[in-house]
Amino acid sequence: MADVIKCATRDAYGKALKELGKRDDILVLDADLAKATKTIVFKKEFPEKFIDAGIAEGNMMGVAAGLSTVGYTVFASSFAMFSAGRAFEQVRNSIAYPKLNVKIGATHAGISVGEDGASHQCCEDIALMRSVPNMVIINPADDVEAFQAVLAAADFEGPVYMRFGRLAVPRVNSEDYKFELGKGVTLKDGKDVTIVATGLMVNEALLAAEELKKDGIDARVINIHTIKPIDREILVKAAKETGAIVTAEEHSIIGGLGSAVTEVLCEECPVPVLRLGVGDTFGKSGPAVELLKIFGLDAKHIAEKAKKAVSLK
Amino acid sequence: MDKTKKTELKKLACKVRMGVIEGTFNAKSGHPGGSLSIADIITYLYFEEMNVDPKNPAFEDRDRFVLSKGHTAPALYSALALKGFFPFELIKTLRKPDSMLQGHPSMRYTPGVDMSTGSLGQGISAAVGMALGAKLKGKDFRVYTALGDGEIEEGQVWEAAMFAGNRKLDNLVAVVDFNNLQIDGSLDEVNSPCPIDEKFAAFGWNVIVINGHCFDEIDEAFKKAKELKGKPTCIVAKTVKGKGVSFMENKCDWHGSAPNAEQYEQAMKELGDALVALEV
Repeated sequence: MADVIKCATRDAYGKALKELGKRDDILVLDADLAKATKTIVFKKEFPEKFIDAGIAEGNMMGVAAGLSTVGYTVFASSFAMFSAGRAFEQVRNSIAYPKLNVKIGATHAGISVGEDGASHQCCEDIALMRSVPNMVIINPADDVEAFQAVLAAADFEGPVYMRFGRLAVPRVNSEDYKFELGKGVTLKDGKDVTIVATGLMVNEALLAAEELKKDGIDARVINIHTIKPIDREILVKAAKETGAIVTAEEHSIIGGLGSAVTEVLCEECPVPVLRLGVGDTFGKSGPAVELLKIFGLDAKHIAEKAKKAVSLK
Repeated sequence: MDKTKKTELKKLACKVRMGVIEGTFNAKSGHPGGSLSIADIITYLYFEEMNVDPKNPAFEDRDRFVLSKGHTAPALYSALALKGFFPFELIKTLRKPDSMLQGHPSMRYTPGVDMSTGSLGQGISAAVGMALGAKLKGKDFRVYTALGDGEIEEGQVWEAAMFAGNRKLDNLVAVVDFNNLQIDGSLDEVNSPCPIDEKFAAFGWNVIVINGHCFDEIDEAFKKAKELKGKPTCIVAKTVKGKGVSFMENKCDWHGSAPNAEQYEQAMKELGDALVALEV
């Protein structure tokens, strides 16, 4: 384990923006959080293309919308709480409804924010953004995926919500990984059960699959980085071939990946689906890694759910 | 302002008002009061001030208008139709299923609409973004936005005002339609944003207070705004809600209700008479 590379997806966001800065059409906005969201990496390189909107996220989203109408590809950044939460209605009415070319870079998502506690631990953002028409949602598993996802978002015409974490997480993808918007990734094949994971839970899903081997359970692991539009095909195939599904996400159990997967499968291929996520409760302060354990967001709990799912077949 | 031009604008404003009544009557809903109060300003913008092309609504260097007080879309639609963006007959389809004229402006439905608005306080931010975009691109197009006086109770308006002031966006003009009435009553009865002029000045804006129904004053204000460098301009336009239709004037009940058949006839007669009076 010693040589596993760990990196926060927010760092990859900053790095990717710097890469994009060569393009004439790119602008980056932040709401006084550049050091935390890592847009500072872009700001240092391209100060003339960086706009600090100050602590006013609602206006920032509107300004981003206006800038996009004159031909810019605009990245608007803040924490997930203030991007999807505070500025929800600006994102809905000023960006998504007119289908403008604004990319929302939302960092510090989930409980892995850590010590800052519940006020800043946004576990509702996927649910909020998923309910908005025209919105594409990407939740990358590691820095390799996050980097490429940002480049893909820049090339996509229309609103995109990108969810990044504060915590350095193990890299699950190899350097030659190719990100494809809207396509789930089968990281490990298996026939008994499928673990569908997103974000930092993808690594835990892979670890859970190893655990399950010991019990003679052959688990498939799918990474869903694009939560909307979701890859229906890969989910239906997994349901048909493995007969049981477990979803895993660092997000509320309500409205996130688990809900999205269930919505697809109950219509197209009903099989037992068990969901692992943050329960219907607020987070709390503590070291991120400890919090993930406290909230049951780890390989151990995924493996338990998988065994139960298999028993329900 | 030249007398012939002024008469022409007055006639156009009268037709814009007829469109407001026609649209809301046929829709059996909508917002005539604020549409009538902003009608002269919108008429001036589309027929005197702005560089727009109905044949090429999306051309890059056009001036932009964002109707931040989006509920008064009937006035905008009437002006756009009169300008030639689409046939005036379509005003009768306002708010109907299949119509390009949504209840609140949508840039994806209607040619000539530069930004989707309706949720109060949001349009000004988009206008600010457009003005900043023009600066960043080195373009000299100008951006205009119209806000309701009730609308500026929204906090976002002041976030946008602070940002535009700090960025010295002198290519931006925000008009506040100061008719003193909002849905629940007068500004004072609800939650007055006054003094509006002092507030915008404190946020780093050039402020001009005018009679929003006087084309001489409107003309002078927009010309001054163009000359002034280093600050965005706020035109506080004192207006009468329901202006031009006697029984709608200064009545907040006409904020969001449509005329019935009898009221429609009377309103159209009054506006028709006003138009005829301008012909002579």
